[in-house]
Amino acid sequence: MIIGLAHYLAVAAILFTIGVFGIFVNRKNIIVILMSIELILLAVNINFVAFSAYLHNVIGQIFAMFILTVAAAEAAVGLAILVTFFRNRGDIAVDDASVMKG
Amino acid sequence: MALQAIAFYLLAAVTIAAGFGVVSARNPVHSVLFLILAFFSAAGLFVLMGAEFLAMLLVVVYVGAVAVLFLFVVMMLDVDFTALRQGFARSMPLGAAVAGILAFEMVAVSAVVANRGAASDSKGPLASTPDAPNAEMIGRVLYTDYVYFFQAAGLVLLVAMIGAIVLTLRHKPGVKRQVIADQVARTPDSGMRVVSVKPGEGIQE
Repeated sequence: MIIGLAHYLAVAAILFTIGVFGIFVNRKNIIVILMSIELILLAVNINFVAFSAYLHNVIGQIFAMFILTVAAAEAAVGLAILVTFFRNRGDIAVDDASVMKG
Repeated sequence: MALQAIAFYLLAAVTIAAGFGVVSARNPVHSVLFLILAFFSAAGLFVLMGAEFLAMLLVVVYVGAVAVLFLFVVMMLDVDFTALRQGFARSMPLGAAVAGILAFEMVAVSAVVANRGAASDSKGPLASTPDAPNAEMIGRVLYTDYVYFFQAAGLVLLVAMIGAIVLTLRHKPGVKRQVIADQVARTPDSGMRVVSVKPGEGIQE
């Protein structure tokens, strides 16, 4: 049983789908939405590394590193915004976030 | 080869199960712990593909930093999480349908790409050669061709760090703080006063 590229791509596709599903079903809980985004980015990273390994080209792993960087920055800023939102409103229901507009 | 297949299926199953746990756990703390498990097993998949450097990076950055940040925020915020779960069952059928279609399409496209694409004649994963380990291969490209992108990544992290600090920093009124500038700017005139005291009267203040 040889583990080929398709196996890794299938794992990444399923993980990506779970992330999208998580955003769908947890529309009110912004913490779980942020974690779903992390899952989606992890799936993208698995794709990059799989192609990098099977095409014998290391540049894919460098792109995966940059995605890791941006994901970490996104998580930090997202959670900081969440903490500020919680301090101002005492709640993190994202349904009410539209009061910020205007 | 059989051992590799067993390791792959084990790690892939744990990754997907943990990913499902993230989105379906009732308690957000459990979600964060499932997220850590997902990242750990994904790091195992990376090792299986020979990308050891990225696997270790995933463990250090995600398990060590991002997941702990999530854990801090989840535990720090005093939120009624059961109220946030209403609507879960209502949006479940639509979400499941969309997710099913998306998964089917993506797996089908992956199979086609893997069988007919540029990587179809690949003999197997190769992320390192005997004379250049994986980390060395990455370093050779990263610090030459991609050095500006590397610097830009550092800038992104710097901006994110400053942004997070600016967003969450607050000054409480009524708290005494040490202000170095005020201390340094003090002169003898502002610091002390010469009073001539008459004998027997003392100082009325």
